[in-house]
Amino acid sequence: MLRQIHTLIIKELTLEWRQKYALNGILLYVVSAVFITYLSVGAKQGNIAVPTWNALYWIIILFSAVNAVAKSFVQEHQGRQLYYYMIASPEAIIISKIIYNALLTLILALLGYLVFSIILGNPVADQGMFLLNLILGAIGFSACLTMVSGIASKASNNATLMAILSFPVIIPILLMAIRVSKNAIDGLDWSVSADKLLTLVAINAILAVTAYILFPYLWRS
Amino acid sequence: MRNTWWKILAVVLLVYTLTAGLLLEVPRLPILNETIRALYFHVTMWFGMIIMLVVAAIYSIKYLMSNELKHDDVAIEFTNAAILFGVLGITTGMLWAKFTWGDYWSGDPKQNASAIGLLMYFAYLILRNSLTDVHQRARIGAVYNIFAFAAFIPLIFVLPRLTDSLHPGNGGNPGFNAYDLDSKLRLVFYPAIIGWTLMGTWISSVRVRLKRAERKIEDRLINQVS
Repeated sequence: MLRQIHTLIIKELTLEWRQKYALNGILLYVVSAVFITYLSVGAKQGNIAVPTWNALYWIIILFSAVNAVAKSFVQEHQGRQLYYYMIASPEAIIISKIIYNALLTLILALLGYLVFSIILGNPVADQGMFLLNLILGAIGFSACLTMVSGIASKASNNATLMAILSFPVIIPILLMAIRVSKNAIDGLDWSVSADKLLTLVAINAILAVTAYILFPYLWRS
Repeated sequence: MRNTWWKILAVVLLVYTLTAGLLLEVPRLPILNETIRALYFHVTMWFGMIIMLVVAAIYSIKYLMSNELKHDDVAIEFTNAAILFGVLGITTGMLWAKFTWGDYWSGDPKQNASAIGLLMYFAYLILRNSLTDVHQRARIGAVYNIFAFAAFIPLIFVLPRLTDSLHPGNGGNPGFNAYDLDSKLRLVFYPAIIGWTLMGTWISSVRVRLKRAERKIEDRLINQVS
């Protein structure tokens, strides 16, 4: 099982590296999205209020993550999926996809953070907590979006479905992440955010476990 | 399903809810005044909805375990009825909010959470309609139903309690139990929950039977042709 997961993650990474245009495309997506927000808000550096900075940042990460993860079940054609179906257990597939997508989302989030810091200013006081929150948020986003992209890939109008199915489900994670990140920006003490971080971990766990249990049924059809 | 006693019970309970709920003595409270009667309709709608969503989730699990379409019929029809109750619940809630909090929509976390919950189940309906194969629709619908339910529970029960809410029992506000769900209110409140839930079950069971009958006719037609 562990070896399967390991091999599958290596496979995802190689695949991504071979089709660099997809990865580069999504990275450029983040940069352009940040730049568009920067121009639309019309903010000079450091001019933007902290809650707005926070909300804009998370919305951009959400949309980039949805776009990045949406392809995880459609980029490989039917025949190859059948091949995986025969050689790997569905549990290994969902876990490897979630881990891989979490890495991808984390890279997107870090890149977004970098670009945000350069052009919109960096108000974050507690870097450690902000990064921890990013990691937890990336795992949650990935668990939820991977599952939903699996569901949406079975239906025809993929892009719309992906959005409408994932947004309501992802909102609990998004709200908790935004709240913790607000605390991190304000540099509040860790004890203030501890329960929120714990709730975030708990929601992540619920969604990941549900995805783990349900995915075999989805995969079989 | 031939049993009729619970249907009669539903009618009796709802007639009682309507008459007693509108006419019986209620405690006088500041701000709430007579609007406290909305408790019998708004809160009970949500209770009914959650009970029916639990039933739908259970039948979705049953479908995944057995692959029998009869379980899927129950799951989709209970979700439909739950959505109906959810819409009624949110409308009655907005009316109540207008008279007590001053606005139809005051950005209360619970209001937002329930709106998101409804979005989730609307998405479920769209997902089902975008799949054409009956078995695939049932299977993927069941998977999403369970997944959405798992996200819905923390959304509506956990998150609002972490922030300030205008609803009783949240963010340090005392629950209804503490001050005004006195015995007079309970006298109508509990029967109302049972009444509305039975009503929802009745609606769903009629639609389930309709659906099964339709499928039987379709099967017969298909078999004739081939």
